[in-house]
Amino acid sequence: MLDFLNRIPDLLDRRVPDSGRLLLVAGAVMLAVSIFLPLWQIHLVAPQYQEGLDLYIHSHKLEAGNEGQDLTEINNLNHYIGMAPIEEEDFAEMTFIPFLLGAFSLLALRAAFFGTVKSVVDTLVLFVYFGAFSMWRFYYQLYTYAHNLDPRAPMDIEPFTPILIGWKKIANFTQYSFPREGSALLLLTVLCFAGAIWMAVRQDHAAYEEESEPESATA
Amino acid sequence: MQHVKLLFLAVLTLGLVGCGSGSSSSNSNDGAPASYVPPGEKDDYYLFYSGGHSGQVFVAGMPSLREIQTVPVFTPSPGHGYGFSKKSKEMMGEYRWGDVHHPGLSKTDGTYDGRWLFVNDNANNRVARISLRDFRTKQILGPIPNSMGNHGSSFVTPNTEYLLVATRFSVPLPKGSHAPVETYQENFNGIVSGVDIDQETGEMSVGWQVKTPPFNWDLGSTGKGPSDGWAFWTSYNTEMAHDSLEINASQRDRDFAAFVNWERAEEVVQNQDVNTRNGVPLIDPAEHEGVMYFVPVSKSPHGIDASPSGRWIVASGKLQPTTTVFDFEQVKTAIENEDFQGEFRGVPVLNYDSIVEGEVPVGQGPLHTQYDGEGNAYTSLFIESAVAKWSLPPWDEETKQDMSQAVTDKINVHYNIGHLVIPGSDTKEPYGDWLVAMNKLKKDRGLSVGPEMPETSQLIDISGEEMEMIEEDYTAPEPHFAQAVPADVIDPIEVYKQENNDHPEARWEPENTGVTRNGDQVTVHMISKRSQYYPDKVEVEQGDEVTFHLTNIEQVSDMIHGFGIAEHNMNGVVAPGETKTFTITADKAGVYPFYCTNFCSALHQEMQGYLEVKPQ
Repeated sequence: MLDFLNRIPDLLDRRVPDSGRLLLVAGAVMLAVSIFLPLWQIHLVAPQYQEGLDLYIHSHKLEAGNEGQDLTEINNLNHYIGMAPIEEEDFAEMTFIPFLLGAFSLLALRAAFFGTVKSVVDTLVLFVYFGAFSMWRFYYQLYTYAHNLDPRAPMDIEPFTPILIGWKKIANFTQYSFPREGSALLLLTVLCFAGAIWMAVRQDHAAYEEESEPESATA
Repeated sequence: MQHVKLLFLAVLTLGLVGCGSGSSSSNSNDGAPASYVPPGEKDDYYLFYSGGHSGQVFVAGMPSLREIQTVPVFTPSPGHGYGFSKKSKEMMGEYRWGDVHHPGLSKTDGTYDGRWLFVNDNANNRVARISLRDFRTKQILGPIPNSMGNHGSSFVTPNTEYLLVATRFSVPLPKGSHAPVETYQENFNGIVSGVDIDQETGEMSVGWQVKTPPFNWDLGSTGKGPSDGWAFWTSYNTEMAHDSLEINASQRDRDFAAFVNWERAEEVVQNQDVNTRNGVPLIDPAEHEGVMYFVPVSKSPHGIDASPSGRWIVASGKLQPTTTVFDFEQVKTAIENEDFQGEFRGVPVLNYDSIVEGEVPVGQGPLHTQYDGEGNAYTSLFIESAVAKWSLPPWDEETKQDMSQAVTDKINVHYNIGHLVIPGSDTKEPYGDWLVAMNKLKKDRGLSVGPEMPETSQLIDISGEEMEMIEEDYTAPEPHFAQAVPADVIDPIEVYKQENNDHPEARWEPENTGVTRNGDQVTVHMISKRSQYYPDKVEVEQGDEVTFHLTNIEQVSDMIHGFGIAEHNMNGVVAPGETKTFTITADKAGVYPFYCTNFCSALHQEMQGYLEVKPQ
């Protein structure tokens, strides 16, 4: 273990092999594509809404099913419990997250260009922070909407926390919340980064073995 | 789908027989499962019944026969807010009812296209167009000039070029002039009208009319294939009697059908060779050759129906137990050869023997004939209370010698059938699985509801060799004819999209609503949504005329909001995304609540407001 830690500075300076750099380029592309795909979906089902009401969260916009009508409908229903109307304007992060994703795409390309483990690790660490922040923001938004209920609302219900992933029963609605293809791409990007690092570690190790082998043969 | 249901039926029936109840004899007859549509499943066909003197159209599903909707046409319907809004009031004019007899679906290339349904008003000489996009009446045309009692409509030509109309009653022309009824033969006339349909908008206008002797025109149909460009009507009272018609109009053994070449009529009018009367070009068929021919048909005929191929024209005389089949190919030859047996008031009478293909002894009181597209015809028998199934020509020699062999099946219905309908029978490609028999009387068929019994409709499976009675249901007074169309031909909209709302007074934001005054004219721009009106207080002075422009800003299906004002004879009903305009006179001082009449949400009951009328 200590041995591994001691080797880290050495690892960071190693070069990512070409196949790993290709992975980084793939990651950059996926990051760029994810900007245009939904990251998350909230699906609400009730006896009178058998076909369900859908909200799609993109990095840069809030989209609703039925040509946007589902959001109006969700807000119409929420006004009975005094929940503020969900509006795209409330999601300030939607103005900068797409650019951050773009920046990460560029960072991934940069890492592919320089091909050092160090640059990949930097990008990965920053990206994980970014991912955690985004999830927290999303959770915080849901929490805020469902906790700041107007006391004058026609229906009195306990403040609640909508579920981030999975399903939950709220009054007569079942809320389903799950990641969509945009998030899948982001997860794949993380795997690409990790894969590139792993390849660098493996490749140099192999190279080391190769180099050392003739020595032992002569021994 | 149908096969699955039939299979299900077969299994179920076997299951029942297997139970050994002993009295399985009725299993093949009660057959309810074949028409059973389970909860949540949908019917295969829309069935449009004319509503007779209710002035409405009833929409049912088939095969379940369950009623789905009423479309008000000539009669106010507070449930639909029809007859209360400015537009529907204007459309209905001064009349409060109509007598809807024959619905006709629009066609393209001889098949149903699901655009419009046309219906007639026998009482007030009107025709109406219902859009099948939103199942609403869009136009009422009439009273049609010169036309009195347009029973003989609404027959749609193969590409919806025309809606053809013929008068049941004859009056002195121009309408409104007087002549003693005793001078009926000299001074009275009937009319055949071609109502022009705008292909884009469906807008109807009277294109031309043909003057006829004072016969009573009855049922009709339009040609197709070899008979495209033609229309056919039967008549009764070629005796031209003016009183005691029951006796006096049943004297002649043969009456006349009119074969009208509407393409020729159109041509005559385009050549501008005709005088107009009351703004409509009126063709005298004696002066313009080729517009109209008379054909002798058996005594007091009723229905006349062109077969899907358009070659066979089938007419039934209700007082003669046969149905007559004419060969239109022979009709064309007879016209070319001027093979006439005479003329009546300048109109040639075609030689009966030259054009008749055969007389089929279907049974007592034949009225109407429908077709399954497989070469079979089905004729309703009023007196016999039955439906006869028979084969269209060509017939083999043996059948020609003994026409009774053409009749292949017969089924009893319960009490005096009138019309019957097979989906698409008047098109070139009928959908021949079902037949609906519309019975004019109903006795002991269900729970009694006092003297005013509903009529019955009976569903008959015609997909096999033998007809089979499957289902029975009741209808409000009083369907005459019906049209049926596969569900997928119609593509209804359920919400009026905000961007398509072109009402100039539409409002979508609460801040744009309000009350404005101009003299004693008060205009209210109001919106409705779950569960509120904006504004929910309207102050006016006694005597003001108050116009509400109400926009329902909902954009989801079925979220209808009503607008009833207490003690003001007003109930507006506004569909999602629609704006409607209503006017009331605030002539009584006081405070009058208005409220949502169409259940909308958990807080529907709270959806209300006040109209304050300040005393002068």
